[in-house]
Amino acid sequence: MMEILEDTPGKQILLLGNEAITRGAIEAGIDVATTYPGTPSSEIADTFSLIARSFTKQKKEPSYYFEYSVNEKVALEVAAAASITGLRALTCMKHVGLNVASDAFMTYLYVGCKGGHVIISADDPTCHSSQNEQDNRYFALFGNAPMLEPSTPNEAKEMTRIGFELSEELRLPVLLRTTTRLNHVRGPIELKYIQKPRVKGHFEKDPMLVTVPAVARIQHPILLKKIEQAEKISEKSKFNKIINVGKPNEWGIVTSGVSYNYVKEIAEDMKLNVKILKLGMTHPIPRKMCEDFIKSCKKIVVVEELEPILENQLKVIAHDIKSDVEFYGKSTGHFSRLYEYNLDIVAEAFSKIFKINNPIIKPKESKIKLPSRPPTLCPGCPHRATYYAVKKAAPKTTIYPTDIGCYTLGKAPPYEVADMLLCMGSNAGTACGFAVATDQKIISFMGDSTFFHSGIPPIIDAVHHNHDVVITVLDNRTTAMTGHQPHPGNDFDGMGRPAKKILVEDVVKGCGVKHIEVVDPNKIKETTEAFKRALEFKGTSVVVSKSPCILLENRDKRKRGEKIYVYEIDQEKCKKCKICISRFSCPSFYYGEDDAIFIDSQQCNGCGNCADICPFEAISPKEAKK
Amino acid sequence: MKGKINIILTGVGGQGVITAANILGKAALKEKVNVFVSEVHGMAQRGGSVNCSVRLGDVSGPLVSSGTADVILSTEPIEALRYINYSNMNTKIITDINPVVPYTVSVGEEKYPEIEEVFKELSKYGKLFKLDAVKLSKDAGALITKNIVMLGALAATNVLPFSSEKLLETILENVPKKFAAMNRRAFEGGLKAIKND
Repeated sequence: MMEILEDTPGKQILLLGNEAITRGAIEAGIDVATTYPGTPSSEIADTFSLIARSFTKQKKEPSYYFEYSVNEKVALEVAAAASITGLRALTCMKHVGLNVASDAFMTYLYVGCKGGHVIISADDPTCHSSQNEQDNRYFALFGNAPMLEPSTPNEAKEMTRIGFELSEELRLPVLLRTTTRLNHVRGPIELKYIQKPRVKGHFEKDPMLVTVPAVARIQHPILLKKIEQAEKISEKSKFNKIINVGKPNEWGIVTSGVSYNYVKEIAEDMKLNVKILKLGMTHPIPRKMCEDFIKSCKKIVVVEELEPILENQLKVIAHDIKSDVEFYGKSTGHFSRLYEYNLDIVAEAFSKIFKINNPIIKPKESKIKLPSRPPTLCPGCPHRATYYAVKKAAPKTTIYPTDIGCYTLGKAPPYEVADMLLCMGSNAGTACGFAVATDQKIISFMGDSTFFHSGIPPIIDAVHHNHDVVITVLDNRTTAMTGHQPHPGNDFDGMGRPAKKILVEDVVKGCGVKHIEVVDPNKIKETTEAFKRALEFKGTSVVVSKSPCILLENRDKRKRGEKIYVYEIDQEKCKKCKICISRFSCPSFYYGEDDAIFIDSQQCNGCGNCADICPFEAISPKEAKK
Repeated sequence: MKGKINIILTGVGGQGVITAANILGKAALKEKVNVFVSEVHGMAQRGGSVNCSVRLGDVSGPLVSSGTADVILSTEPIEALRYINYSNMNTKIITDINPVVPYTVSVGEEKYPEIEEVFKELSKYGKLFKLDAVKLSKDAGALITKNIVMLGALAATNVLPFSSEKLLETILENVPKKFAAMNRRAFEGGLKAIKND
């Protein structure tokens, strides 16, 4: 049996923050879990999927239903309905996913839930793998959602488990807000016993679930009452506590989430005499507890990543109780609103605030210039072939709106086929705008998962208004960037069960697109011609470039016992024209002595596209890859 | 255990750096040592630069801070140098000697520094230990065990709060049974390479 499913209370195991959240839900007897994958949240859902697939494989029923939904909004709606019938539900997403789900989220809070519902927002300070670093704690304040912020994997598990109870007590979905440094940290977890799931719910009809204006006007004050009740719970919550370091004097520190870890360690290392108010339930903040804390201090340092949300609320409380406590934080310039914190940053700020020496040594940097290792499309990636064909077909002034996925890496030279990116699905929407505003040719790119997520409405907009654009769907039959999760274009689902496969070209046809090209990008000449025809067509055309992700393709080939042939360059035939290396730019190519070009057989994935583009037929398959 | 042990594991995506860090974490937990293992990979796919923090003992923060690494364990020479800000003069820097050339260098955009210069530079920042982990892993049975060779090398430094036997035990629990002998050879290869250094 998988370690994560063990019903052995008290046992300690090492789990990733994200896995710990999944375990917390399992301990709470989760019934329905939904998601749209997105780093740094992905492993929460992937763990649900892994468990469900192992059950399916053994022809057993898992204790919960799980799906990779088409997008975050749908994921939230599916789980919300399950919760309304009394089931326990979980929805996880990356921070920007909550923007997509926000329409449902804001009014769901008016309606309220029945079975516990924990919504996880995985924020990404420093934008490690995101297009922005928005602070989603604002969503809790914006919509009046109770919010929990864990500091460690074990706390994440406990907050998830207890989050369901809190949600049921308040009849409100609970927002569990994490950051990358929680999601991607492994730490010891203490297992608790696993509750039995409910499995089936029952829907009781209730006119208050239909938020027509008259109902909304009744539900809004009910929501505010619930948040008042939540504040009382927050006052007593075990997640809000005071931790003393040394012999506390007039100094206090208020902190939450991952920042607490840095604060505690540095306060101990610097031998400070402070009390730390660690807030775990950060919306609503425990007002009375904060008042008492403020009264017990003359000076308070607030340490929180990104926005000054606690800092501003504490200042309001201090004002209300006419306290003259001094605050140190973002407003005094000691802490930044940018990027994630670490021990170094907190030590630096504390040394200034507490006027003591910084124990952390200033980092040394070598003067030797090191070559970078930027992320790049894998050897054999079909997107490279599509981009190569596009560059052959399109005029120089072509605008290339792009989208979220591996293919965003087309931004790098020599392709440079990424000119604008906002969010999931924005490629086709911005393409329409460029068509209205300019006389330039437009070729936009999105992946298949992005197409299903939010790429379809802008295609309808393009068709309806007859915008002259070429919209490309890079159909590699998976959600590659986030870890190969399935989507509606697959014939199986996240539980490993057979599922109805939906073809991109069928959907596009249904949207009324008159010019559709379906190509295999590995046939570069044909693909180039297809793009030329699409560009000539006046109006909206869609190119579906179909070829599976090479990593999945090769994995399947190995499973089937098929050989993968790596390619080599015949040095006699090679004229060193460098097209393969400077224009096609596969990372398995390298220069040897005297500018001779070679293919690294370790890296080559055997797509063979280099053989097609070589003008001198110098490249051919060599041997089967081990 | 009392005090803190800070280990930076670094290398190139696909070399098993994250797996090695997780094994260290599991070994620590088994020995009832508090541990945090942190992965910093961002958009790093195959071939990207990877670094992991493993912190043992009396620690709260998940990431090692500058100048506080007890060990920098690198599966690639320049990746050790990339994270040299974590070292102090007492840091043990253990690296494989075999460069993995980034494609930015292969295509002539950037230069890979002279390897002897890299080693010379590394030894300015701490106590340098070099080993041919590629050869040792291949001798053990397969290149894929290179990360286990590196764990053997780490065990040889006596920095860990548990014995090399205990670490090997955890390794063997976390690899398929049919590869146990190969991983044992890899671990012992790394261990001996540093002990005899």
